[in-house]
Amino acid sequence: MHSQNSLNSVRAVVVGGSGYAGGELLRLLLSHPQVEVIQVTSRRHLGEFVYQVHPNLRKQTGLKFSDPDLLQPCEVLFLALPHGQTQHKIEEFSEAAKYIVDLSADFRLRDPQAYPRWYGAPHAAPEWLSRFVYGLPELHREELRDARFVSGVGCNATASILALQPLVQAGLLENDRPVIVEIKVGSSEGGAEGNPGSHHPERSGVIRTFSPFGHRHTAEVMQELGLTNLSLTMTSVDLVRGALATVHGVVKPGVTLKDLWKAYREMAAQNPFIRVLREQRGVYRVPEPKILAGSNFADLGFDLDTENGHVVSMCAIDNLMKGASGSAVQCMNLMLGFEETLGLEFPGLHPI
Amino acid sequence: MSHVNCPECAAEIVLEAGVEAGEIIVCPDCGVDLEIISLDPVEVNLAPIEEEDWGE
Repeated sequence: MHSQNSLNSVRAVVVGGSGYAGGELLRLLLSHPQVEVIQVTSRRHLGEFVYQVHPNLRKQTGLKFSDPDLLQPCEVLFLALPHGQTQHKIEEFSEAAKYIVDLSADFRLRDPQAYPRWYGAPHAAPEWLSRFVYGLPELHREELRDARFVSGVGCNATASILALQPLVQAGLLENDRPVIVEIKVGSSEGGAEGNPGSHHPERSGVIRTFSPFGHRHTAEVMQELGLTNLSLTMTSVDLVRGALATVHGVVKPGVTLKDLWKAYREMAAQNPFIRVLREQRGVYRVPEPKILAGSNFADLGFDLDTENGHVVSMCAIDNLMKGASGSAVQCMNLMLGFEETLGLEFPGLHPI
Repeated sequence: MSHVNCPECAAEIVLEAGVEAGEIIVCPDCGVDLEIISLDPVEVNLAPIEEEDWGE
């Protein structure tokens, strides 16, 4: 078993730890040098060893899933419940820990009116929305250092935001032209629960545009980047992990490839997990999710059609890492004053 | 130590000691091949790079 007895370690509890994001969170936290995981809850798997659900964690922890109604006091509480549940119990959760990271969508949007529109029901605790910081360090690093409550991020939203951020930050986009984001996603985005569409004979080999527009994560991208003329199109592909966002937009007159280089280089320089990938040789010339499995890195690439100003920007991530649990741990590191990259240094595998 | 900016992406490239005119160097940011035209002053040009056709 891992030794988790660092004198300076903080105690962490994971509520709803049986899903894919919860499992990935546990993988990261169990190896984190400043964290001691003292409790993992799951109603469905109550009493089972954590490694019986997350087999990669065998010999990493002897914890069993416990009752979510019997939370132990801790410094940081990670909530990995299905969307719509945390908002009903946030008062109770806030009494259990000083710091909360909620991986669900319940506290991502600032405007209470956005919840009926995008999530189909009014928010149960709208007074709490403004207390949460959107959990993407690439946008909110300084706020996160002073935060107590952090929301999770949508995986598709993360890939879209990171692909767009260099262009938005540098003011390169023509604002009156639409921005289209095409996102290819792996099956783990659908969570650990099965449905007819995820049944292996139906899902295997698929290229399925399941959401041409109107996906919930669109709201996060609009909110965080201030874009309104924006569409996200989701296509599921035959991957388990991974998301690739491909942005199509138009740059302002006179913008050159060197301007793009400057913008992307700055983004990478400001953020430890952002890499620019625009290679001239070798196999990996553009961002690909495949080599990012298990990694918190986001790879960005771009190109510009100088004939018409059409810019293409790409972002590849592991949806369970940068798009969920990796960013959550990165946020915890910032909130608690740890090194931002602590426990997240794994660069991915090649070949894979 | 000599510096030169990449003509493709404007990255600042630090030339290693002992480089010679005519040598091909690689831009660490965008990966293009650059031919060193002269050392005093330092000048580089884009060198031809083999195009890859993925047939896709």
